Amino acid sequence: MIRRFVLCAALLFAAPVLVPPAFAQEAEETKLLDAHFSFDSLFGTIDIKSAQRGLQIYKEVCSACHGLYELSYRNLEQLGYTEDQVKAFAADYTVPDIKDDGSAGERPAKGSDKFVRPFPNEKAARAANNGGYPPDLALIVKARKGGANYVYSIMQGYQDPPPDVKISSTAYYNIYFPGHQIAMPPPLQDGSVTFADGTKNDLAQEAHDVATFLEWASNPELAERKQMGINVLIFLVILSGVLYVAKRRIWKDVH
Amino acid sequence: MASTTSGDRPQNRFVQWVDYRLPVFTFLNHELRDYPTPRNLSYLWNFGSLAGIVLVMMIASGIFLAMNYTPNDTLAFESVERIMRDVNYGWLIRYVHMNGASMFFIVVYIHIFRGLYYGSYKAPREILWMLGVVILLLMMATAFMGYVLPWGQMSFWGATVITNLFSALPIIGPKIVTWLWGGFSVGNPTLNRFFSLHYLLPFVIVGVVVLHLVALHQHGSNNPLGIDKKGKQDSIPFHPYYTIKDSFGLAVFLLPYAFLVFFYPNFFGEPDNYIPANPLATPAEIVPEWYFLPFYAILRSTPDLLFIPSKLAGVLLMFGSIAVLFVLPWLDTSPVRSGRFRPVFKWFYVSLIIDAFLLGYVGKHKPDATLFGIALPTIGWLGTLWYFGYFLVILPLLGFFEKPLKLPTSISEAVLKKGAGVASGAA
Repeated sequence: MIRRFVLCAALLFAAPVLVPPAFAQEAEETKLLDAHFSFDSLFGTIDIKSAQRGLQIYKEVCSACHGLYELSYRNLEQLGYTEDQVKAFAADYTVPDIKDDGSAGERPAKGSDKFVRPFPNEKAARAANNGGYPPDLALIVKARKGGANYVYSIMQGYQDPPPDVKISSTAYYNIYFPGHQIAMPPPLQDGSVTFADGTKNDLAQEAHDVATFLEWASNPELAERKQMGINVLIFLVILSGVLYVAKRRIWKDVH
Repeated sequence: MASTTSGDRPQNRFVQWVDYRLPVFTFLNHELRDYPTPRNLSYLWNFGSLAGIVLVMMIASGIFLAMNYTPNDTLAFESVERIMRDVNYGWLIRYVHMNGASMFFIVVYIHIFRGLYYGSYKAPREILWMLGVVILLLMMATAFMGYVLPWGQMSFWGATVITNLFSALPIIGPKIVTWLWGGFSVGNPTLNRFFSLHYLLPFVIVGVVVLHLVALHQHGSNNPLGIDKKGKQDSIPFHPYYTIKDSFGLAVFLLPYAFLVFFYPNFFGEPDNYIPANPLATPAEIVPEWYFLPFYAILRSTPDLLFIPSKLAGVLLMFGSIAVLFVLPWLDTSPVRSGRFRPVFKWFYVSLIIDAFLLGYVGKHKPDATLFGIALPTIGWLGTLWYFGYFLVILPLLGFFEKPLKLPTSISEAVLKKGAGVASGAA
């Protein structure tokens, strides 16, 4: 009985795999690059050093146009920075403030402040970017099919358009972007940033690091979640075993 | 060892005192301990109690989410992100709740298909079955409104598409849609009422579940043989036999559930729902959650029917696909409950399962796609016809034309003679 049930369950879950994908989907999408991230494997977590380099790329390049709306500076402590380092990082930015006399002013940002956005509002962002709106990066990995590999691929997907493709004057050709016309100019090239730890700074490495950082920005709980998951699964396997034995013993006289 | 004989008097004096005035202990003893249950239930009978447990888990996790959620169109998305990032174990509670919805539907769909195979809807369990269909409807409404609450792109556009369905009704349609929205488009009033109802409906479900259980305990569970209990030798007390079996089933069920929550929490989700709702930008594809896909396929694949435009026809058939379940007990004319003894029914039943998956597939993909060279809307329409054909044509006719196998005389006889004729019929 159990065998038959397991077989049925296996078939149910295998069904979507056995059925061929729908043909003639919308314009063929290019298969994303596979970056082989540290967090790809079941128990893998975020490579902190890589994410730190990614933060540097965000700060020096991405943050000119993209915000990290849901992140606060204090969150950086999870990336291995000390409280003082975070304070110093935040103090480079200013945020609006109401002074003690009630007048409007500014103060240096603190750890509890959200990351300062590059533009005060959407209209300002569009005005500065040929009408395009640079999306929030704090959720970009969760908000795109392919996740971190999408970010990794987009960074490296810029090419000259094929001769038969006409693209608008404010767009760039990117083989990994849906529709291939992206408003963002190529953000990273070989040597765009220089890493303090001497890591090679070619485009692939930069793309890898910034994607790792953004994976963390989207899933800051990832390490804790996976660790807890391992514990929970071990517990449940043992619990299932114990309960199965108990079930067999209780049912002994019925079968 | 606890005694399992019925009619036990509570030993403790205090318990006796309370029980004399409020017979909760007698009630629990009667319904959860001595409750006579067929001795031959398979693991497919685990899914009822499992559904009840998942309902409790959803309510528990949902209450804690509601403590931290803000039902306002400018704050909802942010408040969910705050739960994910700043609330202690907020990510855990939300992922448990979010994936719990998917697990709930998996459990309930298995529960329903078990009932369909073993004829659990037949006399005297018609009302039990109909209450189950009411629960399914309430679950669907609750799940839909819950999906709107994070106020992401898919939330907003899903709500827009589904509420717009009512505009297909002639004359009063557009007025109803405005009334549902609380405005002239999906907006803050819509979000507020959806939150209110999403909190309310689970408790309504609990109420109907209680009725479902009352109806169940009136005649007891059906069983894989589909024959009535003939005497004491056919049943065993619920405790400890089924309490331990259900506990084991629960632990096994929690394994894939936990695996999803901790390792692939967004497996069933759409990436677009991590983009805040934007009424000015339609997502490339508006896809419902997987558990609605077969219904979505019926909605989209239905063509113009006589004088009824395709949109209205699709809406009617989509709701009709649930409505037909209400009258199922009277559509199936076969006196035999269990599919094990119905050689022809068995194959039609398998076709219904395949049909459900096929419709799900059609609902998932864009209507301009093809499968095996056939346009998806055509497949969807054939699948829709097959679905209704199964209930409205095949089941009523089968009862007259099918020659069922010989039924065993009693449950205990069949259990004891396992391996003989009965088992070969079941293999």
